[in-house]
Amino acid sequence: MMRSLLALSVIALVATVLALAIGSVTIPPSELWAVIQGKGSMLHSTLVWELRLPRALAAFATGGLLAVAGALMQVLLRNPLADPYVLGLSGGAAVGALLAMLSGMGALLISGSAFAGAMLATVLVFGLAHGTGSWTASRLLLTGVVVAAGWGAVITLILALTPSYKLPGMLYWLMGDVSYARTPWPALLVLALAIAVIMPLARNLNVLARGSMQAAALGVSVRPLEWTIYLLASLLTATAVTTAGSIGFVGLIVPHMLRLVLGNDQRIILPASALAGGILLVLADTLARTVIAPEQLPVGVITALLGVPTFLYLLHRSR
Amino acid sequence: MSILQTRDLIINVPSRADGFPLSICIESGQVWGVLGPNGAGKTTLLHTLAGLLPARSGQVFLNNQALIELKRRAIARQLGLVFQERQDSFPATVLETALIGRHPWLSPWQSEQATDLQRAQQALATMDVDHLSERLLSTLSGGERQRVAIATLMTQDPNIWLLDEPTNHLDLHHQVKVMSLLRDQATLNKTVFMCLHDLNLAARWCSHILLLYTNGDACWGEAKTMLQPSALEQLYSQKLITVEVDGAPVFVPVCAGQ
Repeated sequence: MMRSLLALSVIALVATVLALAIGSVTIPPSELWAVIQGKGSMLHSTLVWELRLPRALAAFATGGLLAVAGALMQVLLRNPLADPYVLGLSGGAAVGALLAMLSGMGALLISGSAFAGAMLATVLVFGLAHGTGSWTASRLLLTGVVVAAGWGAVITLILALTPSYKLPGMLYWLMGDVSYARTPWPALLVLALAIAVIMPLARNLNVLARGSMQAAALGVSVRPLEWTIYLLASLLTATAVTTAGSIGFVGLIVPHMLRLVLGNDQRIILPASALAGGILLVLADTLARTVIAPEQLPVGVITALLGVPTFLYLLHRSR
Repeated sequence: MSILQTRDLIINVPSRADGFPLSICIESGQVWGVLGPNGAGKTTLLHTLAGLLPARSGQVFLNNQALIELKRRAIARQLGLVFQERQDSFPATVLETALIGRHPWLSPWQSEQATDLQRAQQALATMDVDHLSERLLSTLSGGERQRVAIATLMTQDPNIWLLDEPTNHLDLHHQVKVMSLLRDQATLNKTVFMCLHDLNLAARWCSHILLLYTNGDACWGEAKTMLQPSALEQLYSQKLITVEVDGAPVFVPVCAGQ
């Protein structure tokens, strides 16, 4: 199991180097090495240290956050179709972000508003699913899906009321775009903390995947564990959405791709998701910057275009 | 050695009167069988004894400690359960499934040791499913899955074994195998408490019987005093013929038309 994590770490490093070298201006390997040693040209140094590295790190963190959040949601809801957005978190974040854009706020306020929206969505679903009756995974899922549909309607309403010159920015945000990230550090920090919190719980999650009764019979305190996962996954998703808008598919596809290859032991799947999600988004963002350079594509389009065929291939050849 | 006791326990079967409060003492070395018609609350009783469902009133004690005051992990080291229904949303192999039985014994950072693996493999071998170790659970037959579930409980190795219809889906040979395994565990000072539908398995292998009626009434005691044809006929609203085979009573239902 350590071997696969090591292999993923190496791939992550290679992907990051690619992201630093490739772009509207290509930096050859020798020149990149010089820049890393602090001897490169002014232009290349600025490109690498101030533009490409922060962006690559932000992409990595966002991908990692989404993939880990997806893996957690799938176990929490005992539903392989769950993803970080299934409970309407991205909808809440999107409404927050779009309202901020509509009223012409700056980037910082857009991020803050998105985060506030995501947390509001979390609390809303949490409160509604709690209700008066018994609390079950399927009840949480239904509440989340219906609330998500509600957010969808609000998003459409906002788009319909928005003057057309503001629409492209909003659509890019909705599709996910790493260029919104100003600094990668909060996202990286949240990702590292989340892994530190979740790893000691990983075997508990393996047992929880067998159902809450079975988990309780094997010594898991189910309710506290489920709330921990829910709040943690929400925080991860909110951080990711705040960093780079709502990027689809990463949270659904990455954990499943890994499960098809590595099995369903969360002690491997969770750290592997962080790495593989990061890799996917770094590569996708590099492509998004270069395919029609100097124009940029929204990275969400690329993750879907890369992720869907890869996933279908793995699913097809799995037993 | 473990003792499971109930004091004035009323299980919470929805929209049913309280019935007769259960004050039972289930001791090590005993094999208990719970008999009763569908919906009498056998599974509810089992889950209440395991602390998975709250009682309507009364209490359950594990080694003289109130169950509700114990942590789940401490309970899981003493008491294990085979469920009637199982959930498998995610693919898992047979060996992985048996290994989760070690969960209550491992600390958060600890991974399964060689001895854990050995226990799991031994349990699978006892249940004749060791050749399926690497197969996915979802590709197994109902009986094979039932045997894997019992092997998981063996791997957990608690002192108290609660089983919800352990012979479900099993062929005759494996029914006998499981029942003898349970009796052997009891002779090793474990405590066995199970719901059963087969009167004859109960008559053959249980030392104690609890009869649970649809209205919440209950009576319990040693098997030979409890397995009276008249009581069983009333329990199931079904006429029975009793014959003796191999030293144990055998109950055969009478067809309505005859």
